Amino acid sequence: MNFRGFLVLLWAVVSVTAQAAAFDIDQLMSDLAQHKGGKARFVETRTMALLDRPLQSSGEMRYLPPDRLEKRTVEPFAETVVLDKDTLSVERDRRRMTIQVASRPEAQAFVESVRSTLSGNRRSLEKHYRLELQGARQDWSLVLLPVDTAVAALIKRITVTGQGNQVRRIEYLQADGDRSELSIEPIAE
Amino acid sequence: MTRAAVKVLLLWLLAMIAGVAWITQARFTADMSFFLPADPSPQQEVLVGQMKDGAVSRLLMLGIEGGDEASRARASMALRQALIDGGHFLSVQNGEVEGLQAERDFLLRYRYHLSPAVAPQRFTSEGLRESIDKTIGVVSSPVGYLFKPYLLQDPTGEMIEILSRLHPGSEPETRQGVWMSRDGQRALLLTQTRASGADTDGQEQAMEAARAAFAGLQTDPALRGLSLTMSGPGLFAVKARESIRSEISRISLMSSIGIGLLLLWIYRSPKAMAFGLLPVTAGTVAAIVAVDLVFGTVHGITIGFGAALIGESVDYAIYFFVQSGRVGIQAWRESFWPTIRLGVMTSIAGFGALLFAGFPGLAQLGVYALAGIITAALVTRFVLPAVAGEGVRVAPTGPLAHTTLRWLDHAWRLRWPMLVLAFVALAYLVQQRDTLWGRDLSALSTVTDEEAQVDARLRADIGAPDARYMVLVSAPGREAALEAAEEASRRLDGLVASGDMAGYDSPTRFLPSEQVQRQRLDSLPPAQAMRAELQRALEGAPLSASRLEPFLQAVEAARHSPLLQRSDLDGTAMALAVDSLMSQSGDQWSIVLPLRPTVLDDGQPSDIDGARVRQALDGTSAVFIDLKAEFESLYADYLGQAIALSLAGVALITLMLAFTLRSLRRLVRMMLPLFMTVVLLMAGLHLGGSSINMLHLVGLLMVVAVGSNYTLFFDTMDEDGGLAPDVWSSMTVAVVTTLIGFGALAVSHVPVLRSIGGVVAPGVVIVLVLAAAFITPRRVSDR
Repeated sequence: MNFRGFLVLLWAVVSVTAQAAAFDIDQLMSDLAQHKGGKARFVETRTMALLDRPLQSSGEMRYLPPDRLEKRTVEPFAETVVLDKDTLSVERDRRRMTIQVASRPEAQAFVESVRSTLSGNRRSLEKHYRLELQGARQDWSLVLLPVDTAVAALIKRITVTGQGNQVRRIEYLQADGDRSELSIEPIAE
Repeated sequence: MTRAAVKVLLLWLLAMIAGVAWITQARFTADMSFFLPADPSPQQEVLVGQMKDGAVSRLLMLGIEGGDEASRARASMALRQALIDGGHFLSVQNGEVEGLQAERDFLLRYRYHLSPAVAPQRFTSEGLRESIDKTIGVVSSPVGYLFKPYLLQDPTGEMIEILSRLHPGSEPETRQGVWMSRDGQRALLLTQTRASGADTDGQEQAMEAARAAFAGLQTDPALRGLSLTMSGPGLFAVKARESIRSEISRISLMSSIGIGLLLLWIYRSPKAMAFGLLPVTAGTVAAIVAVDLVFGTVHGITIGFGAALIGESVDYAIYFFVQSGRVGIQAWRESFWPTIRLGVMTSIAGFGALLFAGFPGLAQLGVYALAGIITAALVTRFVLPAVAGEGVRVAPTGPLAHTTLRWLDHAWRLRWPMLVLAFVALAYLVQQRDTLWGRDLSALSTVTDEEAQVDARLRADIGAPDARYMVLVSAPGREAALEAAEEASRRLDGLVASGDMAGYDSPTRFLPSEQVQRQRLDSLPPAQAMRAELQRALEGAPLSASRLEPFLQAVEAARHSPLLQRSDLDGTAMALAVDSLMSQSGDQWSIVLPLRPTVLDDGQPSDIDGARVRQALDGTSAVFIDLKAEFESLYADYLGQAIALSLAGVALITLMLAFTLRSLRRLVRMMLPLFMTVVLLMAGLHLGGSSINMLHLVGLLMVVAVGSNYTLFFDTMDEDGGLAPDVWSSMTVAVVTTLIGFGALAVSHVPVLRSIGGVVAPGVVIVLVLAAAFITPRRVSDR
């Protein structure tokens, strides 16, 4: 093998490895952006230092890309949270509360962690978080680390894990050590 | 100069010194007191109180524009800190959360006194379980960190109950930690000045402090591109005062120079000129002293009006010098003074009517005009002849007077055309009678359209109340008033629930009546029972009762704590929130509950249905007030009263003339030009697009009073067999001086002054022409 042949081979090897490693954030985002939306069952587990045992709630979520997300908690008490564009409304005990998400930086950061992940909006995510991706396309884990100090004072880390374009679990680790874990199980319509 | 003359002059001088000394002690204002009822009903008194030093009157909104979002936010934070440190502001809010530390401590400390949810049922095991579950739900939610630190002291969530009722979604958006407008282009601050709305000096200082603080920020190069906009009732008051002040100097300057030059040309004698100023000066000084004596304050608008009145009061001296020059002082006293005296009397009759006006501005103008005219006339009659003597001669009437005098012979030709014109104008007025009178006080406001737009934009951005709607309760004693406010609040809650309004404010949120506080504290169970209830409530709950020792202690402490007093609010923003909604007069306490209208999708507030509110308040002593409607009806009352008074003044003038003239023909001949002038002026005003307001009415009265002087002079011509050139010359000069004085007023930026000037300036010309046309006899042959 002459030197020229060696270079060609080397180039081929490099490009093959590059392709294997091509599962990067952009790839994940474009996968996520393909998601057509739909329904899912969720179980949310909140662990707080103040409480003796974790709180568990469950219900149904519904995602209509790109900017409507509904979360209906059934157990242990009924609560509906709807995010429509920039309006977050919470309904509980027949009382309704509406928050303009943009009006609260911490709420905005929180909302974007879900919304921008689901819609695969990297730009919007990176406005609030530093991103770290691990794993492969069929089993990935995206870690969001808050950029803003005010938000970092509340949230230490958000870990989103999933398979392909399906988000399966979102874990919030708060700065004070309290945790909240949302597992998502898609259901066919 | 004779000894007698010197004596009289000294007397005049002494009187002037005394007057000026008095004036230096007088209180001058330029606030809205000119427009507010002088003798208010108890209900109006509360309104006036709100306008003068209620919460709304202290509101100053600030907007920071330019630069990028980050620099705007940084400027907002720095400005807030600077304003708090400066001490001119009671509260400065810009959306920063840590800005509310004292308030949060207060709410936490008195939560069982203040929370409307505190009731016996809430402290049973079922009630506790329910409220604690709810609080855990809130605390474990993504935004629960706000309440997390308080969970163990306040597991029933009383803080949440209090706070959730305060700002039902009306706060501006927060970006970069501070309030921003919806489009993100402006950082917003909402402040309350320490100075009350009526304290214009204090307001000005506060605004200067804000400007200086903002200028101080701009030493930072990154913040140099930013600009500050401000708006609020105080700012309008300060601006109004500034413009009134500058207008006064401008009008005074314009009329002094114009009239001075004219007089110099007429008299051609500095001595005559100096003597000619004696009546004017005396009139001005006497008028200001009189207003101060009667009202305790002198309004800037009155002074501005007075500056124009110089053009009128200077006339008496002109009459004296020009007319006495020909016939001598003795003859002048006998033949001319009675005419002038009658003119003075008709002016007194006209302006005297204004003294009875409920609108304080009108009454001030009336007093000013009366005192000024009477003094100027008296000085002309008694001082001028004594000091000037026969020694002062003015130049003989020039060729101009002779030329114009010849025109008079043709004046009769105008009769028919003017009659037709006046008739058309009258028909127009009758046809337009419904839209003739302006009912809107804002026509007289000095606020420009641009300023109003800035104000509306900031208000919409911040969600600040415009204080149009309110509910008013009054009762003997503060406690009774608080209880009445609580009763009204319960009724209003229903309207909030049904969506008739977005919400309301009440001082009882932070200072409940003692009765309600006692009820709340009495519903807290004693320590033993409480412990047992809590134990039972939390069986199987994620939160164990053993952790809630701080809660048990807090409840027990609250049970034995004294009731919340007004003084406990000191040092928090709530103190002002409470004080500014309460007022006391004698034993009677009044509380204002401002209502917040629902904001429609386009960002505009919707109207509140008064009938619905009145229905909800039925059976209570609370009264619903729509401030806009209230002021409109108040103003309509004033206008009606002013019209009646003006008519009475005109009737009195007519009566006086009838009594003096004793001839129906002469009376009609004299009144017709006056009447036609008024008709033409009114039609002209309305055609020009302005509905007629109270100040126009003052102008019309002025035209009638001044015009009757001219007609009286014309009336003397029969006996003289033609109008003497001196009389004609003095009249034309008088018209021109009045034209100069009120012309300066007509181009003023202050709408009140412009209204008067815009009527009087053209009015005196029209009345002269008409008087000439109808009183000069028709002559067949030229002289």
